[in-house]
Amino acid sequence: MNGAPLLDIRNLTVEFGGLRALDGVDIQVNEGEIVSVIGPNGAGKTTLFNAITASVEADGEILFEGKTLLGLDPNQVTARGVARTFQNVRLFANMTVLENVMVSQHCRTKQGTFGALFYTKAFRQEEAEIRARAEQILGFFGSRLVGFRLDQPAAVLSYANRRRLEIARAMATQPKLLLLDEPVAGMNPVESAELTGLIGRLREEWGFTIVVIEHDMEVVREVSDRVIVLDHGVMIADGDYEEVSSDPHVIEAYLGHGATTK
Amino acid sequence: MSATVLSPLLRHVSGTWRRVLRLGTLGAVGQVFISLSGMPVRLDVREIIVPILSLGYLAVLAVPIVLGVLLGRRPEHQEFLEKSPNRRDLLLGATLGGLMGGGGLSVLALLLARFDLRDPLINWSPQLLEFLSFGRGVSFGFVIWLVIGGGLGLVGGTVRLASARTQRVIMTMALTVVGAAILESLLVDLVEGVGLEALVEWLYAPRGGLTLVGAAVLAFVSGLLSLLGQGRVKNFREKIQTMEGPRQTRVNLMLIAAVGVALIVLPLLVGKLTNELLANIGLFVLLALGLNIVVGLAGILDLGYVAFFAVGSYSTAVLTAATSPRIAPEFPWFFALIIVVFIAILVGLFIGAPVIRMRGDYLAIVTLGFGEIIRLLFLSDWLSGWFGGSQGITAIDGVDVFGLLTVDGTNPRRVFYLVLFFCAIAIYISWRLERSRLGRAWMAVREDEPVAEAMGINTVNVKLMAFVVGAVLGSFGGAIFVAKVGSVFPTSFLILVSIIILVVVIFGGMGNIFGVIAGAVVLIGVLGGPKQPGLLVEFSEFKLLIYGALLVWMMLARPEGLIPSARRSRELHQEEFLQDAWLTGQIDTDDTNDLHGGSRPPGSQA
Repeated sequence: MNGAPLLDIRNLTVEFGGLRALDGVDIQVNEGEIVSVIGPNGAGKTTLFNAITASVEADGEILFEGKTLLGLDPNQVTARGVARTFQNVRLFANMTVLENVMVSQHCRTKQGTFGALFYTKAFRQEEAEIRARAEQILGFFGSRLVGFRLDQPAAVLSYANRRRLEIARAMATQPKLLLLDEPVAGMNPVESAELTGLIGRLREEWGFTIVVIEHDMEVVREVSDRVIVLDHGVMIADGDYEEVSSDPHVIEAYLGHGATTK
Repeated sequence: MSATVLSPLLRHVSGTWRRVLRLGTLGAVGQVFISLSGMPVRLDVREIIVPILSLGYLAVLAVPIVLGVLLGRRPEHQEFLEKSPNRRDLLLGATLGGLMGGGGLSVLALLLARFDLRDPLINWSPQLLEFLSFGRGVSFGFVIWLVIGGGLGLVGGTVRLASARTQRVIMTMALTVVGAAILESLLVDLVEGVGLEALVEWLYAPRGGLTLVGAAVLAFVSGLLSLLGQGRVKNFREKIQTMEGPRQTRVNLMLIAAVGVALIVLPLLVGKLTNELLANIGLFVLLALGLNIVVGLAGILDLGYVAFFAVGSYSTAVLTAATSPRIAPEFPWFFALIIVVFIAILVGLFIGAPVIRMRGDYLAIVTLGFGEIIRLLFLSDWLSGWFGGSQGITAIDGVDVFGLLTVDGTNPRRVFYLVLFFCAIAIYISWRLERSRLGRAWMAVREDEPVAEAMGINTVNVKLMAFVVGAVLGSFGGAIFVAKVGSVFPTSFLILVSIIILVVVIFGGMGNIFGVIAGAVVLIGVLGGPKQPGLLVEFSEFKLLIYGALLVWMMLARPEGLIPSARRSRELHQEEFLQDAWLTGQIDTDDTNDLHGGSRPPGSQA
């Protein structure tokens, strides 16, 4: 929180044909913060994540640690230290739980063909490290993803466990900034309460700065230092939960014009 | 066609009988098609059991048997049927189906005698009529096929309704006899190699084919073994699978070592022709392993793999041959190979770079194009000063191994050892890379490319790497091919080669080293490669027809291939796999239970 923000988005605009999915959005995220992004469907929340991770073309400026992310490939953005999860869970379904987390350490490791073919000491050491780190990350979710689950394909996991594995996979890229796209969607209240706790621990224990898109206001209130509201591609509010939830613009965006006058 | 025409008629027929009529019609049409393809007549010269059965008759007789077996099957979910068929109904259905299948040939015999359609159908010949009527006139032919068809249908149905054990014994006996006949030249060569000429003379007739006594004894012995060995193989396999890690590894290593020793000893026992066959199989194993990295591991559908084979061949030829038109450095083969590998890497990058950014169908078409471009470049007048155009490069020396011996086409045994050496390298490369950081990245790219990229994988580099490794293995194949054949022509690198290598990979089991090897052994060994004859030399004319039929059947019955990779078959059978996992309690049904009870071990009921 000293000096420049970790993520500094200025005048970000994303257009699909004639449609402006994001229209001149300015967002700052400081190191160590947990920021929630909320807004009605189609407000441009996921597009914001896509723009940050270079999955879509964007105009404006996105500075991460003072350097621009625009013009990079998605894998380069990940290498810089930005990781994301997907709203519609997109695991490598036929790879095992362990492999899913191992493969995501790709950009932090470097052994190539030579090491693999000659089975060098460096190769074996790195493989062992990759595996150990994967198990450590999966251990973060309690007993759920370890033990016999390690060698099960991701496809057999329950819905909630798939969401957890998505987060584990993002953690494995060793990011500074973690972008979580609706991490509790489809979970039952017990599960989502538990995951809410985990989001806090992700910051405390792993030191991630977190931006989370969420519809569940319970979760938003629990985890967020700050809440940003998008509507029709425009940022309409930015503040703590109490401020934002009483902001007339926000109520209008969610409930429709005229809702505030009553 | 048959189904649409018949459907109004079939409305009043119950489900079981409808199935009989449908399959019977299909069988009859199939019979006529097989006969008119000319296969039976042409294959009649190859004996299976002298004097009663030839490969030609086997091809048509197999149809009613298969119909009988299919129709003898009890319908699934019988309990839901209004009226489930009893044993008598099933046997009657099987007989009727076989009768219809055979009836196709009866009708064909009549038509052959009445009309002359030789103009559009070149196999509409007196020889076919002769074949169908056993030389005893049309009416005999007409009746005999009905009898044979019905009889064999009944036999098939009876076998299907017999106990599993009987079924297995009968299957083993039939497969052993047919297999022994098909593998005749290999077996004769091998048995004579260990000095048992007497056995060969007794088992096989002088002009090919098993003797009656030989076939009977083989059937008896194999049946007996099948009875005695019941479950032994399965038990053994299960025993290995339940072993602990290090012990299992040791057993596996011992098995691999045994196969290795067998492969080293085998060529010493057999003659030139068999060694030639083994060398051809090995060459395709090598190429298929290379393509398997590109298609099976990285999931890039490359239809122009022959390009790398061609580049390997031509660059070896230019670097080693004294007759090379433009530059002829006449390097020794092994030294040239180092340069060839570098050229292959460059070509892999050169072809890969533009192709790699495309996906799916587009990528397949573009690779297909590049495969042809490379061949046409070698053929072109423009480069004929370098590569000899359609004249190619000839009189290329073989491989000189440290001045000790020369490996060339005149000694197929040595070629086989050379191929074996490079196959071992290819297997090692595939095996190591699959279990590395790069191998995992390939898997991820195959599963979901955009997500792989979002997880920090440089997909372009990773896919290029697959192309390059594939290119290097392909160029090994090319270099050996040149040393073996002693010449290169553009016609050796037709698109057909790409397709056949791909079929080998798909048929054997994409993504699995053992599968790919099995695919090459079965397809190239039995049917033959694009220009290389297999064990069934008589098939060469129908090779592509059979390749196509096998591929279609494989895609329908077992899309994951002969020996599938576990992961591939999961991809192809996701639904079934999830159902099985659920039934055995492996699936993770809901986690709120987990909160209280912790994780369940596999095998417990959900």
